[in-house]
Formats: sequence, structure tokens, C-alpha cells
Amino acid sequence: MARIDVNHIRHSYLPNPQKDSDFALKEVHHIFEDGGAYALLGPSGCGKTTLLNIISGLLHPSHGQLLFNGRDVTNLSTQERNIAQVFQFPVIYDTMTVYDNLAFPLRNRRVPETDVDRKVRETLDMIDLAGLAKKKARGLTADQKQKISLGRGLVRSDVNAILFDEPLTVIDPHMKWVLRSQLKQLHRRFGYTMVYVTHDQTEALTFADQVVVMYDGGIVQIGTPAELFERPRHTFVGYFIGSPGMNVLPVALEGKTAKLGAQRIELPGVPKAEAGAVELGIRPEYVRLGREGMAVQVSKVEDVGRHKVVRANLEGKEIAAVIGEDDEVPAEPKVRFDPAGINIYADSWRVEMGA
Amino acid sequence: MDKTWNNKAWFLVLPVLVLVAFSAVIPLMTVVNYSVQDTFGNNVFFWAGTEWFEELLHSDRFWEAMVRNLIFSFIILAIEVPLGIFIALNMPKKGWGVPVCLVLMALTVIIPWNVVGTIWQVFGRNDIGLLGYYVNALGIDYNYVQDPFDAWVTVIIMDVWHWTSLVVLLCYAGLVSIPDAFYQAAKIDGASRWAVFRYIQLPKMQRVLLIAVLLRFMDSFMIYTEPFVVTGGGPGNSTTFLSIDLVKTALGQFDLGPAAAMSLVYFLIILLLSWVFYTVMTNYDAER
Repeated sequence: MARIDVNHIRHSYLPNPQKDSDFALKEVHHIFEDGGAYALLGPSGCGKTTLLNIISGLLHPSHGQLLFNGRDVTNLSTQERNIAQVFQFPVIYDTMTVYDNLAFPLRNRRVPETDVDRKVRETLDMIDLAGLAKKKARGLTADQKQKISLGRGLVRSDVNAILFDEPLTVIDPHMKWVLRSQLKQLHRRFGYTMVYVTHDQTEALTFADQVVVMYDGGIVQIGTPAELFERPRHTFVGYFIGSPGMNVLPVALEGKTAKLGAQRIELPGVPKAEAGAVELGIRPEYVRLGREGMAVQVSKVEDVGRHKVVRANLEGKEIAAVIGEDDEVPAEPKVRFDPAGINIYADSWRVEMGA
Repeated sequence: MDKTWNNKAWFLVLPVLVLVAFSAVIPLMTVVNYSVQDTFGNNVFFWAGTEWFEELLHSDRFWEAMVRNLIFSFIILAIEVPLGIFIALNMPKKGWGVPVCLVLMALTVIIPWNVVGTIWQVFGRNDIGLLGYYVNALGIDYNYVQDPFDAWVTVIIMDVWHWTSLVVLLCYAGLVSIPDAFYQAAKIDGASRWAVFRYIQLPKMQRVLLIAVLLRFMDSFMIYTEPFVVTGGGPGNSTTFLSIDLVKTALGQFDLGPAAAMSLVYFLIILLLSWVFYTVMTNYDAER
């Protein structure tokens, strides 16, 4: 296991990148601590797979350095970096048995056959496929195949990190939970450094200790799931995480109050905002719907099972509020913003609020 | 799911049955008719029973042509399949090279058979042919008109030139269908070039390869036009394959009875081999 330093890495798929927009990855500088479970979360095309492939060595970055435990590995091949990677679609060698699939990475590295046997059996137990060892791999279900892909990574105990590239995309929802909790368990038991790429926030938030949110080729926020939820550093994080995403409303600041049209909203503190477009962000969970506050017109109520999402119009802006499953929308609905949930953004970046 | 059964649906396939009857079954029956009778001029027929078949199966000429044909098919498969795989593996996967290679590969396949024959007939001549002339100029005694070995070499090279592309195109189709993730996973697993070929590329090509082998075997077993144009089956009978022999019997000597018997045996052999291939292929699929 290793600590991975991503040192000012930039990458472009073009031969001669000039502008900033030529870069798929616009300078990422981050340290993945030894034994940490990280998720790279972001929409399609934000550069998360590019970053993953740079770590595994499938891509060579245009600029920057990659260090494993302080050693520069930027120019080492994938084999030399000793990395395991699990791909979006299960990759199995279909002419081989399950056992041989797992033995393949070891045999390629000329590990003695007795060690191969021991390791493969251990891994088969770990991923719960011991009963299928002698079966041809091609007859298996998608989740079993994906477990084999995972097993091929786990079988080498000395790997520096295990990378996952949206590994649960083709897995049925109920198996996703099972596999994800197995991954968590493996992480806790063996302390692998794991980096998990996904565009699914639930996956990221349940898997990782630290979630790295990426947007447009860069990292916008790194934090625990709770931090991302309570204090999104960028409005994008607010939109992207949460269901529905954060309400972002353009406001004008006046000391400790924010003005939205004719409404005045009391803030928990004085924002240290410089000039620029100021926005107020509040998650639907902190919007209180009741008989007092600012008048809204309710346009739609979505019942999503455990709670209801109310879509309403406040001063010409769409907002969403979450209410309990049994709560009713009052005849003359009004909303209040819970001060604990208010964040202020200047030019899309969060600003601190003083006393 | 419940299926609706309605026997009137058979009428829907009737047009096809009629068409196949006229295009295949009825002509085949006339051949069956010839094969059990002896004919003379003026449409006089005598019943011959199984005589022609017995004669055929005891005829050295038939067995020699058969053995020649099997050897020929074996040689061209042994050359074209590995060569086709090798070329397909080395073809570019993206960029401007792809259409260029595909067109170049497809060129030989779309040339009519008799034109291929004519090209090589001229190409190999040692008076005016580029190949024949320069090979002789290099001091190698090459003359496909007189030397059976040279004739064989010419016919085989011609077939390799003509049909390797088919194997290449089929294999290439199999290769480009392999997702990148397989190659990436192989890198991560530390697989050698050989292991990538053996465990990723070959398994993915297996099905198209079976089709390629089947097509090339059938075609080469029925080969007629090209060797007929180049060597006419000679020198002597050295390149007389089954179909050339058949045409000689039927149209050269006008022995309709024996020729009909021969066609039927020939037909049954091809049917049998096709069935063997088909069974092997479907068993292989069932195993998957």
C-alpha cells in the first residue's frame, strides 16, 4: 500500500495543448493518504477517469509528477507501478476458469505455483467465489464477473493501490449494495488505498471517507460526505450532491441581510464577499414550508417515498423544499430559510461569514 | 409466453419453397436422374442402377483428384489462416490507415475469379510475365506449364493472394470488437504480448475464425475457375481438382451418367463436411 502524491498534474489528449480548454485535466494537486478510501465524484467528462488512468499508468500526464510513497513513478509502466484496477465493464478471460483468472496476474509475474495456489484460494474466500473456482468464467453473471475483476486486483497482496472505474455500472441495484459493503469491509480489514471513480453520489458518499468532487477538469472540493452536504465550497457541489440539489438564488447583500426581490433574508453572519455575483445557497432540507415567512406559489409536489419534494416559485425563482411524507402543503404556503443551512457564494465560490 | 399456432402460416413460406424447388431441387433431381441411367444421342436412356457410382468409387482418377483437392485445401488453410491473423493483428485500429488498409484488403476479394486466373496466367509466364521472367532471370528454373511443382506453387500463391484478405477482414472485425478495457486490464495484470494474443485476442476471434475456415475450406474444395484458367488442370493431371475433373467428364467427354454420379458424391461430401463444421461450431457455442 502506498501514499499517492498527485503533483500538479495536467493532461491533454491533444498533441499541442495551448489554451486551458485543451486540457482534460487542468492541474490536479492532491495527496491520497496511505490506506484511505477515496471517491472521485463528478459528471461525465470532468476528467475523473483521466486522473485514474494517470495514476494507474495507462496514460502519461502532459505535465506534472506522480509519486508513490515519495518515489517518482511518472515514467514507470503500469506493470512496474503494481496497481490493481477494476473497470466499468467486467473484464474476464473467458476461456479460463475462475481459478485461472485469479491466478493470471500472479503467473504473469512468475510467482511460484504453491504461492499462487495459496493466494488464489485466499482471494476466492474473500470475494465469496470459492464454490465456483473450477467453473469457466464466461458462464457467470455480471456481478460474479465483476468480483473476478476485483479478485484479480486483490490477489496481489503487495499492490500499491486499488483503483475502481465506475465498477458497479452494470450491476443490479440490490447487488450494488452487497458489493459495495463487501468493498468497505475489505478496506477495513486490509487497509488498501482505494480510489473509486463514480458519477453516482450515493456510491461515493457511502464508500469513501474522503470524497473528491471534480468539475470541468479540476478538483472543486475535497471533504467528508457531511462537509460536502453542509458546506459545499462551490455551487456546482451544491447542485451535484443532494437530491434534489441545492437551491441557488441570486441575492444582493446588505450587511447581515440578503435581499431577494422584495424579500429580506436574515443571515447567520456578515459574508466576507468581495464584489461579484452573489448567490445564496440553501439545501431543500433547510427550507421550511409553513404559514409564516416568504410567500411562494407551489407548482408541483413530488412524492419520492420517504419524503415529499415541493417545487415552488419564490420571487420568480424556482426553489425546492423537502417536507415530511405526512406533511400537507398549507393553503397559503410560505417558506423560511433555516439559518444553519445558508451558504453565500461569490462568483460561484463559497465565502465565509463573520459574526 | 403463449404462442399462437396456426398452420395456415405455412402458406407464407410457400413462395420460397416454390422458388427453391425451381432453382435447386428440380435441377438436382435431373442430375439424380442422369446418375442412374446411361444415355446416348436422341434422348435414349438405359437404366444403369448404381453402376456409375460403383465405377466412380473404384476409379483411381476420382480418388487422385480428391486427394489432390484435400492437400490443396489443407495447404491454403495452413497458409491463409495464420497469415490472415498476422496481418489483421498488425492493421491499424484508428486513423487514416484504417480505410486505406480495408480498401486494399477488399480489392483482391472483389476481382472476378476468371480475371484472377488470367492475371496470374500472364504474370507467371516466363516469356512475358513479370513474375515468371524475373524469377527465371534470377536463375531459378520456373515454368508452371511444364513443371507440376511450379504449377502447384503458382496455384497456391494465387489462392493465397486472392483469399487471405477474406480471413484478414473477418479477423479484423473480431479484433476491433474487443473493448480497450481488456487491453488495459491485461497491462495491469502484467500479461505478455503472447498472453494477450492467447487469452484475449484469440478467444474473441474464435467465432469469426471458424467461419473463415469454413468458407475457405468450402471454396477451396470447390475451386475451379482460377486453376482452370492458369493451368487447365495440368501439366498432365497434376492440378486437376475435383471440379475440374467433373467438368472434364461432363462436358469434355460428355459422359453424363458418370458425371452426374460424381456430382452427387461431390455434393454429399461437401454436405457432410458442412455438417461437421456446423456441429463443431454449434457445440462450441453451446459450451459458452
